[in-house]
Amino acid sequence: MRWKKALFYAAAAVFAVWTVMPIVLIAMAALTPRQELYSWPRQFIPENFSLESFRFFANSHGVLAATFRSIAVALATVLIALLVGAPAGYALARFRFRGKEAFRIGILMTRMFPTSLLAIPLAVIYLKTNIYDTIGGLALMHAALAMPFVVLVTSSLFLKVPYDLEEAAMTLGCSRIGAFVRVSLPLALPSLVAAGIYTFVLSWNEVFASAVLTVHNRTLPAHIISTLNVSPLNFKFAGGFFMIIPALIFIFLVRRYLLSMWGVAINK
Amino acid sequence: MAEVRLEKVTRRFGSVVAVDNVDLQIRDKEFMVFLGPSGCGKTTTLRSIAGLEKIDAGRIFLADQDVTDLPPGQRGIGMVFQSYALFPHMTIADNIGFGLRIKKVPASEKAGRVRKVAELLYLDNLLDRYPGQLSGGQRQRVAVARALVIEPAVLLMDEPLSNLDALLRMQMRAELKKLHHAINATTIYVTHDQVEALSLGDRIAVMRDGKIVQCDVPMEIYDKPANVFVGSFIGNPPMNFVHGEVTSQEGRLMIKGQGFTVTPDPKWSKALADRKRVILGVRPENFRVHFQEPAGETNGAQAAVEVVELLGNLKLLTIDLAGSVLKVSVEPDTAVTAGENVWLTWNEDKLCIYDSDNEWAITPERPEVVSA
Repeated sequence: MRWKKALFYAAAAVFAVWTVMPIVLIAMAALTPRQELYSWPRQFIPENFSLESFRFFANSHGVLAATFRSIAVALATVLIALLVGAPAGYALARFRFRGKEAFRIGILMTRMFPTSLLAIPLAVIYLKTNIYDTIGGLALMHAALAMPFVVLVTSSLFLKVPYDLEEAAMTLGCSRIGAFVRVSLPLALPSLVAAGIYTFVLSWNEVFASAVLTVHNRTLPAHIISTLNVSPLNFKFAGGFFMIIPALIFIFLVRRYLLSMWGVAINK
Repeated sequence: MAEVRLEKVTRRFGSVVAVDNVDLQIRDKEFMVFLGPSGCGKTTTLRSIAGLEKIDAGRIFLADQDVTDLPPGQRGIGMVFQSYALFPHMTIADNIGFGLRIKKVPASEKAGRVRKVAELLYLDNLLDRYPGQLSGGQRQRVAVARALVIEPAVLLMDEPLSNLDALLRMQMRAELKKLHHAINATTIYVTHDQVEALSLGDRIAVMRDGKIVQCDVPMEIYDKPANVFVGSFIGNPPMNFVHGEVTSQEGRLMIKGQGFTVTPDPKWSKALADRKRVILGVRPENFRVHFQEPAGETNGAQAAVEVVELLGNLKLLTIDLAGSVLKVSVEPDTAVTAGENVWLTWNEDKLCIYDSDNEWAITPERPEVVSA
């Protein structure tokens, strides 16, 4: 039993290092002054830390605008995904209807095709409908990418709120919608917020669709990727680290709900 | 006045008919119990009255108003759920006051009414707690309080005691009975527990397969089950059933079965005249056990005691009567041992006779009413 436990912790340690190492390397590189970054041989832990690279990155042309666009796209994505996905999830949780299982599978099948396969047809459609290279258009795409996650997760959230509660509210004078707003929504809200934040991060990190569907109005990842070939090393490191931070913070904030969202109980 | 009337109510789930063309009239302030095994349609009937189920056919009237198409909140009902369905994110006071808040009752009046109901149900010192902090019995009382505070004309209860332990259930049973007299509501109560039904109901509607099999006062249901199903569902242990054949001997009607003969009262003569095979139904306490051949009794049947169980307030005997196994209850101090041979006689007044084909009761002729 003991060696089993040791093996488990060893595996966990390897996995943790595997995940954390690139983040640490990027963080250290991003905080290293420029001269030191280019010197050879380079020390594993830099002698001096400085925010020089960051300042350089943040002041570079287009970065600030791209950051704001990224935030705008992510917020719009969350809004669209929750407004469309949460009711669908609620319906899956509460109602029996013809084709329910097919619907559930169908939602997953939307992710069957890789984005790269869809890129050209999508770009054509976007161009034709005049939403190419717009924040709203990209948010629509991100919302579509996040939809399976939002629908399936919200349906499992609402399943955890017993229908009895809504029925009780209805016998006490609520309408169907009133019962939802006063009872189910408050109970599901923390998890809904977590799902929203997760969706935000999905959009924040998304590169491919952003790069294909925008030209001038690029989000931060798309902007960084398009300038990657022509930018100096410290710009790349600072940019990479800058991208990681919000995702890390958000996921850290909602980590408790992430587990409950996916229906995993680790503390039991 | 809150009379409840169901007219040909039907509710289907796919091909399953959960409630099948039910007609029922419940009087104002009556305590009506729906009793039946799981899946008999009792809860669906209750939910239809509440408006939580859309019925496929028929009409429902509450207090002479057709409520068939009204949402639950406008029917003047209060409902207690089996799971209690308390709102976990609200305090007990908010839970109880929820209905008043929805109905926009002024805050001052609301607080007073909540306090009054809370006192009635011994919840007044729990008002600031959350449902998660209460015991099962307390939660149950909150659920009742929440339904009562809106002063419903009809109180609906769906197996409200089934999640409590036996002792608490007995206490709450008495509390509910007391409560029913204290409030002015018609009560409809769903249960699968026959003891609850007998103790609480002014009348009991026994249901099976979406139909009401028998609807009557508890004593009638117990003494004169309308069919074999009711007899075996109500009573613990259930009614004994033995097959017999109707014969006539020297002009007297008799029912003969394996190892016994019964001479029914003359009131049965007409009803039994053309019949051959019947089923006799006898409650365990309607036998008499004799240790010698009873003198003067022509119908003593010899039988063997197989098992003796002392249940405290009675002794339950398992008796083999020429192949049929009977449950017979006797006084707890009766000296009887397993393996003993005894004679059984029946309390023929309490005899129930059923058609052997459809298992429905054969009713004797009623004594003629002398008209004034």
